[in-house]
Amino acid sequence: MAEVTQLIHQYLRHNKKFPLVFCPGCGHGIVLGALVRSVHALMLSKDEVVLVAGIGCSGRIAAYVDFNTVHATHGRALTLATGIKMANPALTVITVMGDGDALSIGGNHLIHAARRNIGVTALILNNFIYGMTGGQCSPTTPPGAYSHTCPRGQLESAFDIVELTKAAGANSVSRGTVFHVKALDRLLTTALARPGFNVVEALTPCFTQYGRGNGFKNVVEMFHWLKEAAVPRDAYAALEDPSGRIPIGTFVDRGLPGLETRYAAMRQELREQRGGGA
Amino acid sequence: MTTPHKKRRAAFLLGNEAVVEGALAAGCTFYAGYPITPSTEIMESMARRLPRMPEGVFLQMEDEIASMGAVIGASLAGRKAMTATSGPGFSLLQEQIGYAAMTETPLVVVTVMRGGASTGLPTNPGQGDVQQARWGAHGDHPILVLSACDVPECLEMTVVAFNFAEKYRSPVILLLDEVTAHTREKIELPEPGDFEIFSRMTPAMPPEWYKPYEESLRGVPPMPPLGAGYRFHVTGLTHDPCGFPTSKPEEVRAMVERQFRKIDRFFHDIQLVTLVEADDADVLVIAYGCVARSARLAVQQAREAGVHAGLLILKTLFPFPRMHVEKRLRACRLVVVPELNMGQISREVKRVNEGLTTVRTINRIDGQMITPSQILKEIT
Repeated sequence: MAEVTQLIHQYLRHNKKFPLVFCPGCGHGIVLGALVRSVHALMLSKDEVVLVAGIGCSGRIAAYVDFNTVHATHGRALTLATGIKMANPALTVITVMGDGDALSIGGNHLIHAARRNIGVTALILNNFIYGMTGGQCSPTTPPGAYSHTCPRGQLESAFDIVELTKAAGANSVSRGTVFHVKALDRLLTTALARPGFNVVEALTPCFTQYGRGNGFKNVVEMFHWLKEAAVPRDAYAALEDPSGRIPIGTFVDRGLPGLETRYAAMRQELREQRGGGA
Repeated sequence: MTTPHKKRRAAFLLGNEAVVEGALAAGCTFYAGYPITPSTEIMESMARRLPRMPEGVFLQMEDEIASMGAVIGASLAGRKAMTATSGPGFSLLQEQIGYAAMTETPLVVVTVMRGGASTGLPTNPGQGDVQQARWGAHGDHPILVLSACDVPECLEMTVVAFNFAEKYRSPVILLLDEVTAHTREKIELPEPGDFEIFSRMTPAMPPEWYKPYEESLRGVPPMPPLGAGYRFHVTGLTHDPCGFPTSKPEEVRAMVERQFRKIDRFFHDIQLVTLVEADDADVLVIAYGCVARSARLAVQQAREAGVHAGLLILKTLFPFPRMHVEKRLRACRLVVVPELNMGQISREVKRVNEGLTTVRTINRIDGQMITPSQILKEIT
């Protein structure tokens, strides 16, 4: 406990008005914890970390952590992060986005950030719903699930964040849950240390807006569901009937250099062609 | 401004290319954009030039929204950054122009106006984005909008745009039109020291004393780059002096009022006009962009015909140069405002006029220039 308290004092903003804005039972605070523990594990200085968040419940995480924090516009966190990383590659740039933020309004930016392989870690908090606006379906709402904007059940299919970003060219892609906290810490710590564009999807329960309307009696049931549904990647592949199960772990890790590195090399090459930096 | 002994480099440039010269002279090291006619030469020229600079970064983004995001990010990281676009792309920038105004992020947006709404007339001139430049982003926010009427002025006003952005911590929009952007003219290339170059004020106090949006006499808070030890919060939500979200009426009011005041207090510095034969004029043309060039000839011809005609060229469109215009409205019996739209700046002139004199407009929206003879007919 003393260790937790120490991390809180070191990484959270004491002059920010607490408590957190999150509802009781929300998993976002656990992701915030994983983020702080990962930065601590890598011994990054708070000055070199830039956290860019989008709009929505997850976007509010930025205000609480004592890094350089930017609370951007809805869906655009990755565009600002791209500018920041290219302007100063020495910074460790992390984006925090929700599922609606990253995949709906920001979907174009997500696939292009992956294609570009910009040196940013994208932490996507997937709770299957638009929480802050009061419970509308998102691009990850499972077919058949209920929300205020699909009161008869979702007719559309859902994006698989892992498959989408993998196909778009992200350097590394992994998925964890807020129930499997140690694994989530590990996935995030690894992603932060890798070059290029790294995606970490964190499944996090939203009882207030999603669970209540979809047959969960309480928050604990949602955590039970995450515990039961999530299966390590290899075990998932061996399942006879994978329906209702979600694979977790790291799905790709290419380790290619980020755009900022390739750009710097091009500049250097140009300089050498012109004869020593003129 | 020249030293007689030194031979200056001259070039035969497009307005768009002169913008690039101006941006580089002003210290711009970051460009992010998306191709769109008739602004593309700015992007292509930046793509060639910036990688040759030690820290230069050029990015082609997936759309204008992303371009603006990257420019904001780069500026927060301490760069002088810009993008360029035209009509439809300008509309896509608006969301984040509002974010830049709210977070007081210095940056420059060049938009080359083409004809018509929507896809309109992509290769013809227009001036239909004047009010969009002022009010395109949602919510009340101050903004600076500049204009240029020839190739040397494209260079000069781009420098001014960067200087204003840095001085006032504001997005600055440079409104060009297709004709000005695609006219090729001889210009002298700037040498270091030709222009006074401003860079944003950074905090002198230690990080623990720094409040990112603290009230001050000037109203423009100092701004450190991300990663320099001043860990603060940037948000598009209304925020308190520490940068954290607030909805307390007194804190919201103080923030918005300071954002307007930091511009309002410096009208004398910001509101730029060029006067041509205006001192003894009793008939005045008020114009900007390519129309100002037609107006210049019309005024000269009117003078030859014995009319006391004059010309006021607006280099600053917003905040509208009221002090310059009002003085002339008092002195003239007739003011004519020609523009390539249905009356976007004449609206401002009439607002200032309040019955002082007669204001006539010439509006052309068919993708063609307003000719000198069209203006001459109205003033003689």
